[in-house]
Amino acid sequence: MNRKKITQNIGFGSLFFCIGIAVFFLGTIIYFIFVRGFRVISWEFLTAVPKDAMTAGGVGPAIVGTLYLVIGAILFALPLGVACAIYLTEYSPKSFVVNIIRMSINNLAGVPSVVFGLFGLGIFVKFFGFGVSALSGCLTLGILVLPQIISAAQEALMAVPQSYREASLAVGATHWQTIKNIVIPAASPGILTGVILSIGRVAGETAPILFTAATFYTRGFPKSLFSEVMALPYHIYALMTEGTHPQEQTQIAYGCALILLVIVLGISAAAIIIRQRQRSLE
Amino acid sequence: MPLDAKARRIKEKIYKGIFAALAFASLLFLVGITITLFIEGGPVFKEIPILKFIFGKFWYPTHEDAEFGILPLILGSFWVTLGAVCVCVPLGVGSALFINELAGRKLKAFLKPFIELLAGIPSIVYGFFGMVIVAPLVQRIFNIPVGLTAFTGALILGIMATPTVCSIAEDALSFVPRSFREASFAVGANRWQTLTKVIIPASASGISTGIILGMSRAVGETMTVLMVCGGAAVIPKSFFQPVRPMTATIAAEMGETVIGSTHYHSLFAIGLVLFFITLVFNIIAELISRRFRIKLGLGR
Amino acid sequence: MKHNIKIKAEDINFWYGKQQALRDINIDIYEKQVTAFIGPSGCGKSTFIRLLNRMNELIPKTRHEGRILMDGKNIFAPQVDVVEIRRRVGMVFQKPNPFPKSIFENLAYGLKINGWRNKHKIEERVVESFKKAALWEEIKDRLHESALGLSGGQQQRLCIARCLAVEPDVILFDEPCASLDPISTKKIEELIEELKENYTIVIVTHNMQQAARISQYTAMMYLGELIECAPTDQLFTVPKNKVTEDYLTGKFG
Repeated sequence: MNRKKITQNIGFGSLFFCIGIAVFFLGTIIYFIFVRGFRVISWEFLTAVPKDAMTAGGVGPAIVGTLYLVIGAILFALPLGVACAIYLTEYSPKSFVVNIIRMSINNLAGVPSVVFGLFGLGIFVKFFGFGVSALSGCLTLGILVLPQIISAAQEALMAVPQSYREASLAVGATHWQTIKNIVIPAASPGILTGVILSIGRVAGETAPILFTAATFYTRGFPKSLFSEVMALPYHIYALMTEGTHPQEQTQIAYGCALILLVIVLGISAAAIIIRQRQRSLE
Repeated sequence: MPLDAKARRIKEKIYKGIFAALAFASLLFLVGITITLFIEGGPVFKEIPILKFIFGKFWYPTHEDAEFGILPLILGSFWVTLGAVCVCVPLGVGSALFINELAGRKLKAFLKPFIELLAGIPSIVYGFFGMVIVAPLVQRIFNIPVGLTAFTGALILGIMATPTVCSIAEDALSFVPRSFREASFAVGANRWQTLTKVIIPASASGISTGIILGMSRAVGETMTVLMVCGGAAVIPKSFFQPVRPMTATIAAEMGETVIGSTHYHSLFAIGLVLFFITLVFNIIAELISRRFRIKLGLGR
Repeated sequence: MKHNIKIKAEDINFWYGKQQALRDINIDIYEKQVTAFIGPSGCGKSTFIRLLNRMNELIPKTRHEGRILMDGKNIFAPQVDVVEIRRRVGMVFQKPNPFPKSIFENLAYGLKINGWRNKHKIEERVVESFKKAALWEEIKDRLHESALGLSGGQQQRLCIARCLAVEPDVILFDEPCASLDPISTKKIEELIEELKENYTIVIVTHNMQQAARISQYTAMMYLGELIECAPTDQLFTVPKNKVTEDYLTGKFG
């Protein structure tokens, strides 16, 4: 074997090593969560309220709390984000200003989630006076994913071929008729994928709800938009840092982590599958 | 103009107006973040000059003689991010190279979405895993008093950022035109040489973008570092000491502060610093990615 | 025989940003005749016909001077409804561009956005248009399949049918056969000959023989100017301008 070949083998070997380690670590995490978490899962765990100083019972309120936060955040961010994307792609002139706006939106997507939490605290909790509540949490989380939804929607809209718009206008359709009947339907799969991925993100975020919505313990299930909520990611954090009975509570945390993982990975997998199907149709 | 044509014109204007208003509202919220940070963070600089804030060595916000120097926090973020980069760059880029060059079609079709899926694992899960499994392990292996250290944080963050770096790097590699590869083979280079001398240089900008975005993610991470780094807001003397990065500070202390106090404002000021750091990262990534497109002739 | 003037262009000048693309164009387009525009690539023929249905307005930073009168009225006048102009002046594009909808829906779309609600009437008009476009027999059993599954030539005839469904006065063809095979091209040429009985046709083509075959009037353009316009037989046998003659004999193009 000459030197070229030996170098190649070593090189390729190290690449194999890299991916091996990466998959190993990530696989280990998933493995531990699944195996240890699975032990605590039961119907009671999923639906009942916590009992005995958080050492027994279930995490039902946390699951429901997460659900409320997700629904609220998406209800807020989806129309706003898609409308913004429609305006930027279809209505506004293709100018320098629009480019700056697009770049700014991308930048905001990279801002740390704890900074969004600060913003939520300053504006929704304090300035608007909503207090620490589901409402504040939903709005904060909504703003967190707004850049993501706008970007995904913009990309989907820009991918619609210009020839469709021209054909529509050429038979005497107005701008809005073209957007409503031709452009939006054609862009829907892309927009949908973006929204689904945002749902996954909202479900898993902790920092934005730390000071805007979440609490360790609520009596029962969330009653109103203005009450504090329990949420799965926050519950894991609280159990591990404020908990008084590490033995049992670590187990409960594993269970929460498993539920959260299943929800988030399930949602992401759904989005990826939809996108693969869409791509294979083209 | 016939009546219904006029009505149609008005209706079109209304629709355009509605969309403009909603777009404006979105942008308003996003701009509001910067403004809020300035408004709530600004007051701290009335009490403490900005240089003393950033370079001050002691962070004792709750003491009688409170001190608000964030250098320990900045260094905490720095060391943890640096360590994370040492993990996620080789693993991420190496994995991307593997997927792009060595993986067969079926393996590739599985690995790509798989890695993308893994990029979505919430950070709380990493933090939890780090706290419960990795920290005790680190404590035992390195024989140190506590396993919650900068090292542990860097390790977990590095693994967390790996899928992100891998996805972006792999995208960059796949953009390189096939003709580059063919030309290299045509002069007698083997696959490894082609990979290292032609393909990687051609996609260097794209890979750099991936690394920078991975770094940005690491700097901005909160829950993982909160649970795994130990929480001592002092300048670390070794990699195996507890640290408290900026994000963790905000998360840990905000719940305890009095609204309107200097401590409260200082936490917002830290948020401002974080905002600027990630802004710089993102601008660099955007500039590199633009040059990358022009270089490969993709245009935009 | 004297024909009515359907469209009259007066002193048309047009700019893309700072670049002038059309220079002092004056031309009459006759009703229910086929007028062909020929000339080398980039001479402005597509730019000109896209003015006739105001499609150039979609491109940013464009500007024009001059008037275009259809049935005596300037189509650029401020109180004119551009949407209505586009219905009356239909367009068939270079590359067939059916909507990603069913074959039936592609035609129904134009009717629905113009306010048609009666299902029965919509169906009637759709069938009628497919027949006029000589496509009905081929697709009558596939009405609810996706239009994207048709062949290139069929898609183009679908686009023509889509155009006919909204009852235009004028149909603009922008190099309609550029991406089609010879057999489909022949079918479309035959269709155009039939259509001229009822519609005013303007066609842009880079194929001189096609112009000679199907048009009654031919306009030669070069570098944004109208070199000459004459009855087709006359232009092809005794061109008045040297540029035309050189183009026709293949000295450039």
